[in-house]
Amino acid sequence: MSEAASNPPAAARSELWKSFRRLLREPLGVFGLSLVVLVILAAVFADVLTQWDPTRINPRDRFLGPSGEHLLGTDQLGRDLFARVLHGGRIALYVALVSTAISLAIGIVLGLIAGYGPRWLDNLMILLFDATKSFPTVMLALALVTIVGPSLTAVVVVVIIVNVPGYARIIRTQTIAIKSSEFVTAAQSMGASNARILGVHIMPNVIGPLVILASMDIPVVIAIEAGMSFLGLGVRPPTPSWGSILNDGFSQIRDTAWIAIAGGLPIIITTLGFTFLGETLRDVFDPRLKGR
Amino acid sequence: MLNYAVKRLGLAVAIVSVAMFLLFCMIYLVPGDPASVALGPRATDAMKEALRVKMGLDQPIWVQFWNFFSGAWTGDLGQEVLSGRPVLDVVLEQLPFTLALIAGGITWSVAIGIPLGCWAAINRGSFADRLVGILSVAVIAVPSFVIAIYALLIFSVSLRWLPAIGAGEPGHLGDQIVHLILPSLAVGLGWVGYIARMVRASMLEVLEASHIRTARAFGLPENMITYRYALTIAILPTITLLGVGIGQMLSSAVFAEIVFARPGVGKLVYDAILTRNFPVVTGAVLVTTVIFVLLNLVADLIVGALDPRVRSSF
Repeated sequence: MSEAASNPPAAARSELWKSFRRLLREPLGVFGLSLVVLVILAAVFADVLTQWDPTRINPRDRFLGPSGEHLLGTDQLGRDLFARVLHGGRIALYVALVSTAISLAIGIVLGLIAGYGPRWLDNLMILLFDATKSFPTVMLALALVTIVGPSLTAVVVVVIIVNVPGYARIIRTQTIAIKSSEFVTAAQSMGASNARILGVHIMPNVIGPLVILASMDIPVVIAIEAGMSFLGLGVRPPTPSWGSILNDGFSQIRDTAWIAIAGGLPIIITTLGFTFLGETLRDVFDPRLKGR
Repeated sequence: MLNYAVKRLGLAVAIVSVAMFLLFCMIYLVPGDPASVALGPRATDAMKEALRVKMGLDQPIWVQFWNFFSGAWTGDLGQEVLSGRPVLDVVLEQLPFTLALIAGGITWSVAIGIPLGCWAAINRGSFADRLVGILSVAVIAVPSFVIAIYALLIFSVSLRWLPAIGAGEPGHLGDQIVHLILPSLAVGLGWVGYIARMVRASMLEVLEASHIRTARAFGLPENMITYRYALTIAILPTITLLGVGIGQMLSSAVFAEIVFARPGVGKLVYDAILTRNFPVVTGAVLVTTVIFVLLNLVADLIVGALDPRVRSSF
């Protein structure tokens, strides 16, 4: 965790290790961690775990049930569902990682500006954050995709717009709390530049809780990607995504249940895994955030 | 209180204005000409030009913005591209279906969430309490569209207990309620978790309060203390939670309407996107945003009326 980065390395490592051991004492945390590790390994080793090509169409093998050859059966085009689920995991994790990282970066910068800058700028930015948050997520996604067209980038942009206001607000509140503290005043009186004060003195102190909250948002991000792909607003076919598999399952639901089950299960496993892990991590690292 | 209410109302108006501005920017400043997008690739230049004039796209940008902005505040959200009907009428026609769906979702979440949270608080630390805690987190985590699809698969397609399509026969209340059961479950299940957690936490707080201790000292029956004196107070925070919740349920409603082929605002926007009906998309997004802001305003005013600390810190 990045809050440890400001401590001496050895102490930080033992602190992390202690937190990790506390995590392992919580059954729910261990369960969540196992699911997350399972999902990551499945996505990383997708090519090793299955010989099937997730996009290869095979009309003679349509709507097959699960068997030794096709572990989760095949879809309406005869594509192997197990391979599609594994490769869909790559898309989900890619979106989660990239969009969370970008949202964090933008949120931190905007939050620092709002918290440290002049009062009028702060008020203006808060108004913008609140206005952005007042769009219901799906409506925002629908409106945006009407204009730019469906793509993976559109998904990332929606996630950023949804996440940034919340992150920026947290950083802003923390920055305001810290900017009048003695060590900041000391740095100011010694003539440190604003950039130095923000980057060296304030940022390391405000970033910790945010990283935990961001990690708890990962299931939400995965749900946004799957949801947009389900509506046909995200990943374009034939690229496999859990959402688009679920959509295939929805349109074929009267013929076979397998496609819908195969599309929904990985979403359930992943969101549950990250949520259980996140909840436990939060309690272990920062009991003050409990109940948020 | 009046001072707070006026300030809070001003903030709501400002938020809606900014939301309108953002929506305008999104539609008009992003590359791509709305007229040619609306007409599709086979339109001639003359057709595009005609539509552009009709939509006011030939005017300078600030004139366009002013028309959009002043029109929106007076309820004029423009006309549908093909039929020419006012967008506001089209949206308001679909709104009751979505509101019914959300009301159903709230019913599910309150009917299950409050007893669960209450039960967990009374049996604090027990296995049942832990189980409720885990289940609450679990239903919050799983996305509503997965719940919708699985509910459709289990209760409509496999068991054939409940209908899969539509909103029921118009004017036939029983039929409409039967059609509402599954979609509103998909919308409300996640909120069962939020409400159970909220009620549990505030119940635990209230059970420690002095008036409850007094009631115990008077020897009142435990059931009466729990349900009549503790729960009535512990429910209050849930009301404000629902103010935010309805906004998020609007998002889930889009999925529920599509999966169960119900009429509603979400289905309207989705179909409008497929037919490139721009003004309907903007109009519906704006109407739902205004509803969301209004609900938050009402929730905040209720809290402000009940809790003076909120008023003074604003």
